[in-house]
Amino acid sequence: MKLVSAIIKPFKLDEVREALSAIGVQGITVTEVKGFGRQKGHTELYRGAEYVVDFLPKVKLEIAIANELLDQVVEAIESAARTGKIGDGKIFVMDLEQVVRIRTGETGADAV
Amino acid sequence: MKKLSIGASALLSALFAAPSFANLPQLVATSTISGGDTAWMLTSTALVLFMTIPGLALFYAGMVRKKNVLSTLMQSFAICAMITVLWAVIGYSLAFMPGNPYIGGFDRIFLDGMLYLKDEAKLTVHPLAASIPEGVFMMFQMTFAIITPALIAGAFAERMKFSSMMVFMALWSLVVYVPVAHWVWAPGGWMFDHGVLDFAGGTVVHINAGIAGLVAALVLGKRVGYGREAMAPHNLVLTLVGASMLWVGWFGFNAGSAVAADGRAAMAMVATQVATGMAALAWMAAEWIAKGKPSVLGIVSGAVAGLVAITPAAGFVDAKGALAIGLISGLVCYWSATSLKHMLKYDDSLDAFGVHGVGGLIGAILTGVFAVKEIGGVEGSVMTQTVGALATAIYCAIVTFVLLKIIDAVMGLRVSEEEEREGLDVALHGERIE
Repeated sequence: MKLVSAIIKPFKLDEVREALSAIGVQGITVTEVKGFGRQKGHTELYRGAEYVVDFLPKVKLEIAIANELLDQVVEAIESAARTGKIGDGKIFVMDLEQVVRIRTGETGADAV
Repeated sequence: MKKLSIGASALLSALFAAPSFANLPQLVATSTISGGDTAWMLTSTALVLFMTIPGLALFYAGMVRKKNVLSTLMQSFAICAMITVLWAVIGYSLAFMPGNPYIGGFDRIFLDGMLYLKDEAKLTVHPLAASIPEGVFMMFQMTFAIITPALIAGAFAERMKFSSMMVFMALWSLVVYVPVAHWVWAPGGWMFDHGVLDFAGGTVVHINAGIAGLVAALVLGKRVGYGREAMAPHNLVLTLVGASMLWVGWFGFNAGSAVAADGRAAMAMVATQVATGMAALAWMAAEWIAKGKPSVLGIVSGAVAGLVAITPAAGFVDAKGALAIGLISGLVCYWSATSLKHMLKYDDSLDAFGVHGVGGLIGAILTGVFAVKEIGGVEGSVMTQTVGALATAIYCAIVTFVLLKIIDAVMGLRVSEEEEREGLDVALHGERIE
């Protein structure tokens, strides 16, 4: 099993969600985060005091999937979230050691 | 309620030179007061109180960081409660009762002698406002005494101990606000008798608060991380709502200072609105040109600058004068709140000096320039206005400095660095908003 974590631009969330739905991914967790990579921040000005805001709002997705779906999921996120402009984000793939469905107690592949 | 004995009262009055009895409140028949004037002044009083709670409270609270929002609101609210009591007990008496040119007398301690007698159909009226009950006049003046210390708090936002702040404000209002109010507004006060014009408090309220704010900002020092860390306003919606309440409430502040529901109040309302609109536009334009974008914080600051500057002039100028005052104050206060502050590197956090101090100074002097004899009954004099403004500024600066130093020695002024980092809401008040 894999845990796919993706940082994307907030306005791309709906598109990515639909793309994942289309390939059969049924569960997803979303967090609002801030961050930067190579994208520069912007400047805010308050009564003459300038602030360079480095941290930009992003959205983080976490999806637990069976190994077989990995390539499709990465491809789906990548193409749905891409704008071609700097700041599109990144996808991280991690090995997932165990998954438990709380309601039923199922584990492993049955729980993903 | 305890009354001062005749003997004690006489002794105290004698210590302060014989007051002129013409300046004492008189007991009159209730039929002599004007219903229209009284209704308007009751309303104005409520409007001006609304300017502090929650107008100023919100205006300031939106501009601080989220971790300090409750403590900033608390300052305005607690000051309101405290000054209410102090004013009733002694402030009103020392400000508005006859005494000597520098301080009033003790005729109204605990508001003794301020009378409403139902069966006799009599009540007392103050000579400055003979068409309304003295209670309304006292209350109207109370709301000014409340907002002035609340304004100062903007200068030391996010770093002062609540206990020390309360002690400072109590002392400041008795030792600075009350005397200055007496000098400028009470018959017998030395500036009053010299013809210094201050219709609604440009000097008594704004120069006073602005200078005290500057001194406090310098004595307390900069916030931890100032100049390096981001200290952006956390919610400008609150600030705009607060500024709007200030604008609307200011009709009570200025038009109410006519102490009558009449043509003078109307002119004051006109002057107030015109100056404020002009000042808001001027600041917005200056910022747009200088920085590329017109900001919400900018336009509301411009409006407040205009409101401050027109305050001493509202009952003396016409619409053209008001436009000029608005334009000048909008531009100059934009400069003083942005460039001057960064040039001189003091941390006047919410621009108590930059907007209220500078705006008040501009307004006081321009009142001398633009006063129209037909409206206010007097010619303006730039020299007299300047003397009044400077004398207030110097007295206020010295006494504020001394008070702060004494309080610092006795109980400290600033919170610890750890408390400042954690945020005053949690550190001082045990509360937070999520």
